[in-house]
Amino acid sequence: MGGMTRFFKSLFLVELLKGMRLTGRYLFSKKITVQYPEEKTPQSHRFRGKHALRRYANGEERCIACKLCEAVCPALAITIESEQRDDGSRRTTRYDIDLSKCIFCGFCEESCPVDSIVETREYEYHGETREDLLMTKEKLLAMGDKYEEEIAADRAKDAIYR
Amino acid sequence: MTEAIIFYLFSTVAVVSALMMISVRNPVRAAFYLVLSFFASAIIWLLLQAEFLAIVLVLVYVGAVMVLFLFVVMMLDLNIVEKESGFTRYFPIGIMLAAITFFSIYYVLGQKESGMDVFQSQPLSTAASHVEGYSNTKELGKLLYSEYVYAFEIAAMLLLVAIVAAISLTYRRRPKTRHQNPDLQVSARHEDRIRIVKIPVEERK
Amino acid sequence: MLDLLYSLTSFLPESLQTIIIILVKIAVLLIPLLLGVAYLTYAERKIIGYMQVRIGPNRVGPRGWLQPIADAVKLMFKEIVIPNFANKFLFLLAPVLSIGTALAAWAVVPFNAELVLADVNAGLLYILAMTSVGVYGVIIAGWASNSKYAMLSALRASAQIVSYEIAMGFALVGVLMASRSLNLGDIVIGQSGGIYHWYLLPLFPLFVVYFISGVAETNRAPFDVAEGESEIVAGFHVEYSGMAFSIFFLAEYANMILISMLASLMFLGGWLSPFEGIEIIQNSSLAFIGTASIGWLLAKAAFLLLLFLWFRATFPRYRYDQIMRLGWKVFIPITIVWIFVIGLMYYWQIGPWFTH
Repeated sequence: MGGMTRFFKSLFLVELLKGMRLTGRYLFSKKITVQYPEEKTPQSHRFRGKHALRRYANGEERCIACKLCEAVCPALAITIESEQRDDGSRRTTRYDIDLSKCIFCGFCEESCPVDSIVETREYEYHGETREDLLMTKEKLLAMGDKYEEEIAADRAKDAIYR
Repeated sequence: MTEAIIFYLFSTVAVVSALMMISVRNPVRAAFYLVLSFFASAIIWLLLQAEFLAIVLVLVYVGAVMVLFLFVVMMLDLNIVEKESGFTRYFPIGIMLAAITFFSIYYVLGQKESGMDVFQSQPLSTAASHVEGYSNTKELGKLLYSEYVYAFEIAAMLLLVAIVAAISLTYRRRPKTRHQNPDLQVSARHEDRIRIVKIPVEERK
Repeated sequence: MLDLLYSLTSFLPESLQTIIIILVKIAVLLIPLLLGVAYLTYAERKIIGYMQVRIGPNRVGPRGWLQPIADAVKLMFKEIVIPNFANKFLFLLAPVLSIGTALAAWAVVPFNAELVLADVNAGLLYILAMTSVGVYGVIIAGWASNSKYAMLSALRASAQIVSYEIAMGFALVGVLMASRSLNLGDIVIGQSGGIYHWYLLPLFPLFVVYFISGVAETNRAPFDVAEGESEIVAGFHVEYSGMAFSIFFLAEYANMILISMLASLMFLGGWLSPFEGIEIIQNSSLAFIGTASIGWLLAKAAFLLLLFLWFRATFPRYRYDQIMRLGWKVFIPITIVWIFVIGLMYYWQIGPWFTH
């Protein structure tokens, strides 16, 4: 391209008009906005949302207080205290996840040897105080009870990749 | 009546803001007072139906010159001037300059035969009464490009020379600076930047 | 309408009556203008959204039609925070200066041959003067805020406005030469006689320069370095909140509408119809599109406003030195060359435009 054509190209704003043609075309294209509360985007079965503690089918909690999750947590969001239960098994007396610290990396889930701590697909939650965002053992177990079916199905789906 | 009120109102504003301009200590505020004074004078010109001059005063002095003034004053970060510093020392010179200016204006404008005897008492309303369809702009243009064409062109040339001189005095090419040339940047083609070489594949020995 | 007003106020002394009628006229001009500004912000969000394959505001009212009202109410009830050590008087004066000059310029804008607030002879100059005084709003806001960001942005914005004023002024000189009048109404009337009589054709480069300078003058994208978020936060109005901030906003949008209005008056034949003088249309039932009306002026201005928004959705921000280069080294020479060309066109009495 010679200097002359370049001069006239920039004088007549050719490139700019090309840009405007592009945006002009998009003005009439189909919009891709998802109207959130009414419409939702599809979720992966690996979605990492609010945490839950699972139980075995007989109702016994899975967690054995090995504290691997506490150790691996990069945000130091997990606090665990444990004691021997009357039947001699080792169980947690306290299992707290501070959701205001949690970065939802999923390491706790990965590290768990008994698939106890998991992350559910739940992401629409809020807290009005700090305490609301502190997941205690009771809350986590309740979450697990509530979503057990979904959690189990998601784990089964993912099992072939592991 | 209304005109007189407007005249006295805005001439007071002009004089007071001019006084404030020289007495206020903060340079930025001084510049703002000067702007106010220009505005007031523009309105007085409007009263004389010199709308072209009035608007040009606002356009050129308020809109451009004072903006540049403010620029300099704001960027230099001048300190607030100490009051009375050298006031008594410069007072006689100031008075002398003021007197010279006043008498030269009086000499030019105060004479009756110039037709602009502003010092003669004259009712304000009759000072500027023009026929219907009178255009201040047109009249000024006619005068500037007929009677005063040489003076006007010489003034224009002087201004042009001044601009060129100012630029050439301050323009210096610092040898070590690296600056971009947008023209070259835009004209860059990929052929200039990258060379694709075909290298024949060698047989493995 | 006016007669009714005169009879309603007839019990008052004459001077008071005049003042009241002028005030009513101003209100009649300003209320639609401010509504236009409000809905321009809505249009901007919608159109830019559409260009980015989004749908823009759609929650407040049907299809988001009440969004600007909600915004206005929100801004009105927010607190105006005055920074420490700021010059309080100037701080509050700055938005007033901005909006004052932006609205004052509308006084001489004609909407059709009769509908104009003040039929000033030097209307073109008046508008130029008003827009150049508008810089003070920016400078004073930047200086009085007592903030580095605001200060830097004010310097940038005012340098840019002053520079582009020159190119704009030269473009107006071309219009002045073509129409031989400074009165906006006369400029439009000089273009009557169909689309090829408009000054758009002989003054096309000046139109482009004028419009782009207008974009730069209102500090709109792609010339919005005055509010470069990445460097100087929000620009000269960082320290402003609530109504004081929204007044700057109003001024910017009022100026946008003004520039579009002026460009359509001076280059696109104002309220004249592009189909003027075509007999087929004149004799058919579509005669109304062949006649001059305020609708044409608004349609032309609306198209130019669309361009403002379109630019913002399309172009990345200019670098500051390139803005200056464009203004001084490209636009001013183009306008000067074209003024010379207009002189030649006059000399040879070219076309339907220069045969006086």
